[in-house]
Amino acid sequence: MASVKSLDDLKRIREEALKKQQLKETSGKTEVIVGMGTVGIAAGARETLKAILEMIETENLGDIIVRQTGNIGLDSFEPIVQVALPGEEKVTYGKVNPEMARQIIKEHVVGGNIVTEYQIRG
Amino acid sequence: MRELALHILDIAENSISAGADKIRISVSERVNDDILEIVIEDNGKGMDPETLSGITDPFITSRTTRKVGLGIPFLKAAAEACDGTFDIQSSVGYGTTVQATFKHSHIDRMPLGDISGTMQTLIIGTPEVNWVFEYHTDAGSFVFDDKPIKDTLDGVPLSEPAVMRFIREMLDEGIQSLHQQVADTITSGH
Ligand SMILES: Nc1ncnc2c1ncn2[C@@H]1O[C@H](COP(=O)(O)OP(=O)(O)O)[C@@H](O)[C@H]1O
Ligand SMILES: [Mg+2]
Repeated sequence: MASVKSLDDLKRIREEALKKQQLKETSGKTEVIVGMGTVGIAAGARETLKAILEMIETENLGDIIVRQTGNIGLDSFEPIVQVALPGEEKVTYGKVNPEMARQIIKEHVVGGNIVTEYQIRG
Repeated sequence: MRELALHILDIAENSISAGADKIRISVSERVNDDILEIVIEDNGKGMDPETLSGITDPFITSRTTRKVGLGIPFLKAAAEACDGTFDIQSSVGYGTTVQATFKHSHIDRMPLGDISGTMQTLIIGTPEVNWVFEYHTDAGSFVFDDKPIKDTLDGVPLSEPAVMRFIREMLDEGIQSLHQQVADTITSGH
């Protein structure tokens, strides 16, 4: 089946991304990690991650790496989201639904302020 | 779990943990044969026969208390509750293949669910793996391989917003047009 999307479209996307990169100083990337173990998935971790992807797409947020990982080991706090701003320590959030995920992206990832009310402290 | 797509995500996590760098996910909806089949195949480190025989039963405990997984027993139970089958083949150093079938029309069969969301999660969230997604139906197939995408991007990350949109639309459009093909076949009476 032929797809409407072509690799030529992707080549254009690549060139624009490269141009954008050249304009920016190398400030490093923010990492957002979502726990995707069995317990996390059952608790809604995929929807939490999708909300993060949607927000990056609609707000056009660059320089964020989203990763999913197996069990983070805090079953009773799933879904778990961790945020690490460039050069800063990782912050862990618990029981993160899509709504909270959007708030975390807005306030912490973009704004630089930890959302302390959702934070889990070890 | 409420969707087969969530089980698929969970089983694929095992493949990632096993160090696979190529993972193939196949969904076949063969309505004419009343079968829905899912296959997750990886080239990870595999399992020895002893591990393999233990993992499908969460109640088997050895003397040394080991943590018992739930993901595989969950999927096996779901398939068997729908007059289906469950099988794992594994070989140390070569990889593992998990296959589950369901009676398509079984009243308890979970819907496939958001398979596009599952694939986006895996592709964007684990870019070091080469993901292949195949969706087969009686009316045709949709095959998605992220390798040509990554080759074209040549270092531009998948989490670039425009790249995410490209991948999401490619998956959504491929799945939707396949569903349309299936619907057309049914209404035209073939
Ligand atoms: N694809 C795979 N490759 C290698 N080992 C696997 C694979 N899938 C499952 N296993 C082994 O079986 C165990 C049980 O898997 P699972 O039931 O999903 O529970 P969990 O992932 O929580 O351990 C895993 O911990 C792993 O040792
Ligand atoms: Mg598992």
